[in-house]
Amino acid sequence: MSKVESRLFASSTSRQETITGPAVDELAQRFRQSVLPELDAAYSFARFLCKDGDAAHDIVQDAFVKAFRAYGGFKGGDVRAWVFAIVRNCYRDWMMAKRRVTRFEVTSIHEDDESPLDAIASEADTPETSLLRKTEAEAVRTVLMALPRPLREILVLREIEDLSYRDIAEITTLPIGTVMSRLARARREFAKSWSSDPAEARA
Amino acid sequence: MKTLSDAACTERSLMLHGFIDGELDAAHSLEFEQHLAACPQCAAEVAKYRAMKRVIGKSDVRWRATDALRAQVLAAVEREASAGRAAYPAPWQAQPAPRRFDLYAFIRQWSFVPTLAALAAMLFLVVLPGQHQGTLEDELLASHIRSLQVDHLTDVATSDQHTVKPWFNGKIDFAPPVVDLASSGFPLVGGRVDYVGGRVVAALVYRRHGHIINVFIWPAPPGDATTAMRDGYNLANWSNDGLAFWAVTDASADDLAKFRAAFDK
Repeated sequence: MSKVESRLFASSTSRQETITGPAVDELAQRFRQSVLPELDAAYSFARFLCKDGDAAHDIVQDAFVKAFRAYGGFKGGDVRAWVFAIVRNCYRDWMMAKRRVTRFEVTSIHEDDESPLDAIASEADTPETSLLRKTEAEAVRTVLMALPRPLREILVLREIEDLSYRDIAEITTLPIGTVMSRLARARREFAKSWSSDPAEARA
Repeated sequence: MKTLSDAACTERSLMLHGFIDGELDAAHSLEFEQHLAACPQCAAEVAKYRAMKRVIGKSDVRWRATDALRAQVLAAVEREASAGRAAYPAPWQAQPAPRRFDLYAFIRQWSFVPTLAALAAMLFLVVLPGQHQGTLEDELLASHIRSLQVDHLTDVATSDQHTVKPWFNGKIDFAPPVVDLASSGFPLVGGRVDYVGGRVVAALVYRRHGHIINVFIWPAPPGDATTAMRDGYNLANWSNDGLAFWAVTDASADDLAKFRAAFDK
């Protein structure tokens, strides 16, 4: 476990000291105020990781329960980065569980990512946006979803969530140098697909 | 697409990204700016990636959590918190009283404690007879909590009041006033029909920051406006135009009063 990760997760082992009867309400209140506002960001990140709306739903719910349990030991710092690290862990758990299941099913054991079915949005985000329309945002999402997961997550954390290299390194437990080289690669790959995407020619 | 051919520029590639992201220290940043002024290829790269950054960073690229997810997460936090209240002794109780400690240790082994706690709470709410008003409040509160727990907060999920109001036609025998209070900080989430006090009622769902406000509406003779607090939830009751209104929420009493004022306007 890296130093950073142990800082982020020091909390989870010390739950029983940190949550006690009377303090729970106060803790829940603080959690609702400071962590719940990151729900959209957490869901978005989860969905970009797993490429599936329903799975993202489950991953985020799992992550917020874990976050609440660990919240008593959260030492401060960027709440969003902390939530993302937990979401990413829950995503990995989900991947492992999925691998176990798919082993007994047909073919596609070989990789996490690239099932064409995953690219289909599985739920409408809001009633208002469920109208079918191909927007620039959807074109961006499509190109992002087609990138390999390690590049996609870096790009999402940097360009959409606007996190610093240091925060990204913490969340992905990668050295900063790797974050930088992956980001450069991710941007090159995105630019390549974007400029060959017919949707962009239209824009 | 890639225009960097010059080896020196290729070496600068990481620096270029650090420069775009504002991650270079002052000295390197200055050095790179000087290089940019002299190198049209790198300048073009910077312009290209900056434009790309704007496209990806647009707010509608990000997914948004559904209201159902929000409600479920809220309910899960509430469950966890009540499990925490039930299962964890206060620090001053933890050391002495070995019998109680054993009991807690016993309880702690069971992962279904949250479920049990929620179940016990529901039984209490439903079974415990109280005085008349108390029973109604309990029922409303139970309905509020149920609406957060099942994936069924709203039957008609839209922030458009002109969609919600007609939706009630034919489902209930009165026309509840549906107003969108987004401008006052209480966006309309949707509506559903519910069953409270032995009759079908309209429920409108609003949001205040992370909190859900359920407003239950049914025809009733005018009565006094009241407010109440139960198990940490705030309730407010008022009547208007032959309808009774009950608002139930975990938002603060203060917010609820503001909501009432905005709703009644």
